[in-house]
Amino acid sequence: MTDTTSAEETVKEPSMITQKHMIAANYDRLTSAPESGTKVVSTYVPGNLNELIMCFDMVSNLPEINAINNAMRKKSGGYITEAEKQGHSEDVCTYVKADIGLMSKGAIAPNGKPIPPPDLLLLSYTGCFTFMKWFELLRDEFGCETVMLHIPYEGDGIVTEHMRDYVVKQLKDEVIPALERVSGVKFDIDRLREYLRKSAAAEDDLVWVLQSAKNKPSPIDAFFGGVFYIGPAFTAFRGTDEAIEYYVQLRAEVEDRLARGAGPITPEGEMGPEKYRLVVEGTPNWTSFREFWKMFYDEGAVVVASTYTKVGGMYDFGFRHDPDRPLESLADYCLGCYTNRNLVQRVEILENYLEEYEADGLLINSIKSCNSFSAGQLLMMREVETRTGKPAAFIETDLVDPRYFSASNVRNRMESYFQMIEQKRRGGGSATVAA
Amino acid sequence: MATDSTSQVIERCEQLFEDIDFAAARAWKEAEPGRKVIGYMPVYVPREIIHAGGMLALGVLGGGENIEVIHGDAYYQSYICRIPRSTIELAITKRLDFVDGMLFPSICDVIRNLSGMWKMMFPDVYTRYFDVPQNFRDDIGGTYYINELNELKTGLEEVSGRKIEDDALRRSIALYNENRRLVNDVYALRAKQPWKAPASEVYLVIRAGMVLDVEEHSQLIRDYLAAAEAEDRPPRDNCRILIQGSFCEQPPLNLIKSIELAGCYIVDDDYILGTRWLLEDVPVDGDPIANLAHAFLHQSTDCAAKYEPDGTRKGHFLVETVRRRGAEGVIFASPSFCDPALLDRPMLGRALSQENIPYISFKYAENSGQMQPIREQAGTFADSIKLWSAA
Repeated sequence: MTDTTSAEETVKEPSMITQKHMIAANYDRLTSAPESGTKVVSTYVPGNLNELIMCFDMVSNLPEINAINNAMRKKSGGYITEAEKQGHSEDVCTYVKADIGLMSKGAIAPNGKPIPPPDLLLLSYTGCFTFMKWFELLRDEFGCETVMLHIPYEGDGIVTEHMRDYVVKQLKDEVIPALERVSGVKFDIDRLREYLRKSAAAEDDLVWVLQSAKNKPSPIDAFFGGVFYIGPAFTAFRGTDEAIEYYVQLRAEVEDRLARGAGPITPEGEMGPEKYRLVVEGTPNWTSFREFWKMFYDEGAVVVASTYTKVGGMYDFGFRHDPDRPLESLADYCLGCYTNRNLVQRVEILENYLEEYEADGLLINSIKSCNSFSAGQLLMMREVETRTGKPAAFIETDLVDPRYFSASNVRNRMESYFQMIEQKRRGGGSATVAA
Repeated sequence: MATDSTSQVIERCEQLFEDIDFAAARAWKEAEPGRKVIGYMPVYVPREIIHAGGMLALGVLGGGENIEVIHGDAYYQSYICRIPRSTIELAITKRLDFVDGMLFPSICDVIRNLSGMWKMMFPDVYTRYFDVPQNFRDDIGGTYYINELNELKTGLEEVSGRKIEDDALRRSIALYNENRRLVNDVYALRAKQPWKAPASEVYLVIRAGMVLDVEEHSQLIRDYLAAAEAEDRPPRDNCRILIQGSFCEQPPLNLIKSIELAGCYIVDDDYILGTRWLLEDVPVDGDPIANLAHAFLHQSTDCAAKYEPDGTRKGHFLVETVRRRGAEGVIFASPSFCDPALLDRPMLGRALSQENIPYISFKYAENSGQMQPIREQAGTFADSIKLWSAA
């Protein structure tokens, strides 16, 4: 059953409504922190330590999520301009500038109330160099306590014992003491174990939902749907009963769609016949999210697997938070996030997705702001094409800067790409569609 | 024996700088059978370990302005700095085919990902992403870094085919200590009498160390110092400025010359920063790996690639350098799309403003050709500094 009451143009399933309420409640908790006395911790989505933060009764503020929210509400462009007026380069990450511009304009949350300044900046430096500078900039602004959790990069494609030990040692001797100091709450490892147990339960259902896309037709869109309603509950809600219940609800909906042989739900309702099955590498464009998505579902294209939905954790290759190894498990989680993996591993992941999900091809959305994702993607694309024999396409947009989304260019390339897939099906050769 | 003139020393340095086929490094390798060459990218790697393994540490700072990027563009998106494109170009055109290993230090996501590209494109070359700790406690980051150094040492031993003994490493540490002291002497001479050591010459002399064995480079610096001290060059009415933000992709030589021609003496900079990364001598007794780790954690320069744990210290190193060198202003000159430098700039700018130190900023690429805007901007900056100081 779907709901169209929230806006004429957007069709929502019950799980989406549930998630919307969860996110709204979290913003309410965040913006009411000064009155409630709850301490605020700013931290990032990749390598987020939600279970640990919950042990200290703190509420998370996620700057990337604020930037995304403001992009979808068409506000990020103004914030970015504001940051550039203050001297921030046009060349650097637009998440950072959207965040700085937001602060300059009163830091208003989607509920219309101001986001309180953080009591602690928890810099989980996982898979993105810019994170480090971003939090230095925020520290410069707020002057609050900052604690760094440096996650070594998987340069050789493996996690060694000494990498894990380094992370665990930082958790024990730097991060937990900072959380105790700021919150006034003593750390209880059994409380952490309980939250991790709940995370693992939700992770099982999350993976089931993601892997439902192996069916034909796929009952979900694993990129647009993945970031819109499948994945977000995995940030500020991991480790909660709400998250478990949310994924149970979502799974039931997907099971129903599978039973009916229905395709994914889109903002305009259930998608029509599935014509193309794609794997997407890279981050979405958020300023024209719906327009971008429409270019897919209007053509009957569904994304059956995506890598962006794995920056918050790689669960589909077996990782689960483990209450029996609490700190080691948090370390492994941070070390294993998608953008902390080297390019060789990323190619293997993409190859696996193309084969396992029986996709027609690979689409790469290269993001101006994000070198962590984008640098090297063209080589990855060629390597994946060589290994799988499936055609690939390459488009360029940005995260939250509307100046870098050219709808006509993207549409042209998408149309060419779909033609290429058709040609491939007819037995013709493939050529890359690229900028 | 007659001392070389500065022009003789600089002529040699220019040849080394312009040679994008790395003839000097190739000659070093061919001089003895079994010799190996290890390339490294900006900003810092412990070259001492490479040297102790009997190998040449080769600085690969991109292709510069003299290489036409034909193939490299096909590997990258529109919005990215130029150094990865030209480095790929160097490799594809076989200019690095004599290099047995490549190290990609932790500096930004572009260089980080280039390490993965290298693994895919050149699977027979020893390739390592050289991670460094962003936690500077001996018992946390130090322990991690010692393990990283030992892993690097083991990898290099496999390339060279010989064990790197502690005594050999101590000898190499001593040679690099000496080299750093000499580099610092050049910088000190320039800060004291900038007309005797123009920035473009200093740049070329230090840059030569990217392709020469450390002992040969140290001798070259000695020759330059002797020649520069002896040569009579008239002072100019220039202001004294410091360059910040050029630690990775290097500017074209003409950009450095243009800044001086516009009336600015460059009295400090962060070009080729790896040569001055460590601020003190590394002890030559005791555990050499532990000594290198300790130096990195506690005696290394500030750089945008490093985390500053103490927010109140952000920008202090830059301000202190301005004071120490007697600089009158700062030019932020960063490569386009350089995340570390450009993200750091607002914070450093604020630190300078608090101390009433004037600054300007512009961007470049290693192949920037139009110098007129740079000259005008730097010239205006120089004029304004002179006006302020006269007021």
